[in-house]
Amino acid sequence: MQSRALEILVGFFVCIGVAAVFVLTFRVASQDHVGSGAVYEVTAKFDNIGALTRGAAVKMAGVKIGAVKGISIDPKTFQAVVAIDIDKDRSDIPLDSTAKIMTAGLLGEQYIGLEPGGDDQSLQNGSEIKFTQSAFILENIIGQVLVSMTQKGKDSDSPAPAPAPASAPAAKAVPAK
Amino acid sequence: MSSNSSILGDFLRGLGGATFFLITILRALPGALLRPRLILQQLYYVGVMSLIIIVISGTFVGWILALQGFRTLTTFGATSALGVFVAATVIREMAPVVTALLFAGRAGSALAAEIGLMKATDQLSGMEMMAVDPIKRVIAPRFIAVLISLPLLTAIFAVMAIGRAGGHLIGVDLLGVDQGTYWGQIHAQIKLHDVIESIIKSACFGVVIGWISVYQGYFAAPTSEGVSRATTSTVVMSSLTVVGLDFVLTAFMFR
Repeated sequence: MQSRALEILVGFFVCIGVAAVFVLTFRVASQDHVGSGAVYEVTAKFDNIGALTRGAAVKMAGVKIGAVKGISIDPKTFQAVVAIDIDKDRSDIPLDSTAKIMTAGLLGEQYIGLEPGGDDQSLQNGSEIKFTQSAFILENIIGQVLVSMTQKGKDSDSPAPAPAPASAPAAKAVPAK
Repeated sequence: MSSNSSILGDFLRGLGGATFFLITILRALPGALLRPRLILQQLYYVGVMSLIIIVISGTFVGWILALQGFRTLTTFGATSALGVFVAATVIREMAPVVTALLFAGRAGSALAAEIGLMKATDQLSGMEMMAVDPIKRVIAPRFIAVLISLPLLTAIFAVMAIGRAGGHLIGVDLLGVDQGTYWGQIHAQIKLHDVIESIIKSACFGVVIGWISVYQGYFAAPTSEGVSRATTSTVVMSSLTVVGLDFVLTAFMFR
């Protein structure tokens, strides 16, 4: 009788231990691989990748479809070359899709957002995403805003003609967003 | 000078002896696995009896981390990251280390005292007289029980600390972090390999604690003082080794 109680208690212990492992694995942690785990690799060149790191998510319409595999620099153009692993189940992404480096939230981690194009051909293993948009660098934007504000201040101080130089950097700043 | 070298010599001799002892235990493991009844009994003493202390301290660690993390994160206006703060700290460091430390105090010391007393009362040599190998019969089942229990206890600790009764209770119900944000941030940041590495860590700690406690018990001086010394040095050495090993494992895993 006593040994029966002992067996039940040990069984109970092992059960909740294994259950805890399962909870940690399936409820707390997200899986490392998306889909079946098979991937194909494409590359994209960016002028500036900001704080993008290896392992960052690649999302399409907000859904994770891959991850950044590696980051290197092109020795000729000095652009960042980002190698991207995309889930094999998503093999019909148009060739002229756009890769943008986006930020999750205002100060969150950076990820690559893919926006589908309209091409009939789709991305293959080894193909390059031609249309890219660099990271949103907060310092640059703030700098541009400050420059345009001081320019505006000068303009209002001295009502001289030619507002053109003031509007030129401001106009540049807006489409950069 | 001579006392220095004798301390070093004692240390090396102890380490060498402990290594041979570990090899002896590992050789006895397959035979011990054929006697699940003995392992079951030890699982009860080592695992089930440690359950309450692990559950309670896991819950409290979750509360503490949530309170402390909330204060720190408020400074940066990032309280939405509270969930991942608690979960990452618990899974990567707190759960394996705190569980191992508590386990060394709760179960390791008991193992060393039990084996040491068995030796002091000549039970071990009595077994040898009856051609029963005390390594197979006494040491190996306890070693296996420690090895099985510690990862399970670590997982229970982590679930208690992160879950509904732990960090969630303080973070969501008391401090008002949104429940969806709490879990969403955890899902976004905690990866499967974090959990696997946490379990690998606790398995390593299990080997260390099991090894130290049975070694200390088995080679304790057969006196009441010897047993008390074995118990103390089990806890001290296990705790120090766990903390040191944790640094090495963390340096390996989370770079």
